[in-house]
Amino acid sequence: MAAERILVAKVGLDGHDRGVKVVARILRDAGFEVIYTGLFQTPETVAAAAVDEDADAIGLSMLSGAHMTLAPLVVEAVRARGADIPVILGGTVPDHDRDELAAAGVAAVLTPGATADQIVAEVRRVLDAAPVN
Amino acid sequence: MVTDQPTPREIWEAEFGASPIRDTDFTTLSGIPLDPVYGPDDAGFPGQFPYTRGPYASMYRSKLWTMRMFAGFGTADDTNWRFKEIIKAGGTGLSTAFDMPTLLGLDSDDPMSLGEVGRCGVAVDTLRDMEDLYAGIDLGTVTTSMTINSPAAPILAMFIAQAEKAGVARSRLGGTLQNDILKEYQAQKEFVFPPRQSMRLVRDSIAFTAAEMPRWHSVSISGYHIREAGSTAVEELAFTLANGFAYVELAVQAGLPVDTFAPRLSFFFNAHIDFFEEIAKYRAARRIWARWMRDRYGAEDPRSMQCRFHTQTAGVSLTAQQPELNIARTAIEALAGVLGGTQSLHTNSMDEALALPTEKAARIALRTQQIIAHETNVAHVADPLGGSWFVEELTDEVERQAEEIFAHLETLGDGSMLEGAIRGIEENWFQGRISDSAYDLERRMNAGQRITVGVNAFTDGNEEDQIPLLRITNEDEQRQRKRLESVRSDRNGDAVAEVLAKLGAQAADPEVNLMPTLIEAANVYASLGEIMSTMGTVFGRHVEVPTI
Repeated sequence: MAAERILVAKVGLDGHDRGVKVVARILRDAGFEVIYTGLFQTPETVAAAAVDEDADAIGLSMLSGAHMTLAPLVVEAVRARGADIPVILGGTVPDHDRDELAAAGVAAVLTPGATADQIVAEVRRVLDAAPVN
Repeated sequence: MVTDQPTPREIWEAEFGASPIRDTDFTTLSGIPLDPVYGPDDAGFPGQFPYTRGPYASMYRSKLWTMRMFAGFGTADDTNWRFKEIIKAGGTGLSTAFDMPTLLGLDSDDPMSLGEVGRCGVAVDTLRDMEDLYAGIDLGTVTTSMTINSPAAPILAMFIAQAEKAGVARSRLGGTLQNDILKEYQAQKEFVFPPRQSMRLVRDSIAFTAAEMPRWHSVSISGYHIREAGSTAVEELAFTLANGFAYVELAVQAGLPVDTFAPRLSFFFNAHIDFFEEIAKYRAARRIWARWMRDRYGAEDPRSMQCRFHTQTAGVSLTAQQPELNIARTAIEALAGVLGGTQSLHTNSMDEALALPTEKAARIALRTQQIIAHETNVAHVADPLGGSWFVEELTDEVERQAEEIFAHLETLGDGSMLEGAIRGIEENWFQGRISDSAYDLERRMNAGQRITVGVNAFTDGNEEDQIPLLRITNEDEQRQRKRLESVRSDRNGDAVAEVLAKLGAQAADPEVNLMPTLIEAANVYASLGEIMSTMGTVFGRHVEVPTI
């Protein structure tokens, strides 16, 4: 079986890319195929790339506080393309935002301090729960 | 042998004697009197080349570091209120955080700004925002730092325009523009124009401030973001100083004699959690800068050789788990900055792993500095760790490793540190080193070789309720868009169009200094987005090749 593909993305104006790059390497070392979009993407470009690349999951890295606006828009953009690709959000996300993000369809939230093992386990859980495309 | 030459000690004694001294009792808690500095004559003195022991003879005996707390959120009114709180609480300088759209030179109503307006800093679209941001604050006495890079020149222009409208001449303005574009491509990644075009704006602002703003620091050459992006301490030091050499070469190439601008360059370093390594880094920074400025760039004014720097405690060292522990981390880091001889300091708040700080968290962070300054007596003696076998050897080793990096960049630039910095960016060399170091640290954490309390050890207590966090609503974004809309309808549209056309024409001529026209644009309430996109049509856009 081919490796599962994870698209990791920076959406919006946030240039902090330490987290996304470290997580990309963690996932690659764990056997996933990882595609990185680069900086300054929009919800539309991320969704389009995920569909084009046949991604099994999308990982968003957001540290600017814009997650409540942009993460749900990524979920919507993916669904608008008729795709069912789970979206995982990582970054500086306060606990009080979690319920609303879940209601908006964000599959999982990873916050500062998540270890490599926890990140891989969470991605695994989300992939196992996702419908087979 | 009898000589007329004064000894280093005699020179230091004369300089110390001529320095104003704070009205403080310089003894220990038990009453033991303390000298301003300790050590044998051949250990060097603060205020003397190569300044390893500090840039000034009297250091904190004359003046404590500036407690400069970085703040900014929501609209200009919100941040103005926070600034006034900081001054009331005893803060001695202002430091402005701009939001992401402002950092990227976009207006609040740009589609890309959605969800980002006022989130992690204050939104500034036009001179109107700048006026409200500093309303009621005497900019002739309070110094102001502005963390802005890609649009540094137009933001400086707006700052000058608002100060002059409030009756403060540009020559009286004291403060710092970060204006360090090189580290944006290397680490912070808030870039707009390509490197070479951006460097033209840096050149213009250095030349302009050298001529017209004697109290202004034109560039704050910043290692902070390089470190936060994952570099080691040595990489932070070496990349930062190398960027500094690049700016020096840029200004010299523009025809400025080195001593006309170099005294107004300053630095900004991280204070991470490895206490002694940080102190060694600061000491090495002063020594390296002094040697390079004198020996390579021919500086003669001692102020051109003195590396003076701001320090901020390490955001990346903060944990979301048991956030109160961050108060302890920040205190230790701040202490390293002070023992390392920093000129100003920002202490992070305990809640910043999750959000912008609440007022209470920010106050505790400031109070941490006040404890160090007024309770511990550590500021009584300059370079208190000088002469420690450990710290001296670590200082030498950090310097040696930094010189290896300079040698690499010099080769990369065919003998030019300016070219070396730009090519290093274009070839992703800096970015790759930083990513590799970040991942290396992550692997050591995951393997349990490095312990972070509350994260991969000592996690009892992680389940307790979170501390209260600052919430910024989308209403701020709506309010800011309305403000911009009202400025656009009130201003003289023809005047804006005329100045922007002139700006575009001048941008195409690399010989022209753009600062005067940028000030004109600010004065007619051209928006930052309009100004930046006018220059962008000439300069083009930088696109980073995504690499993992």
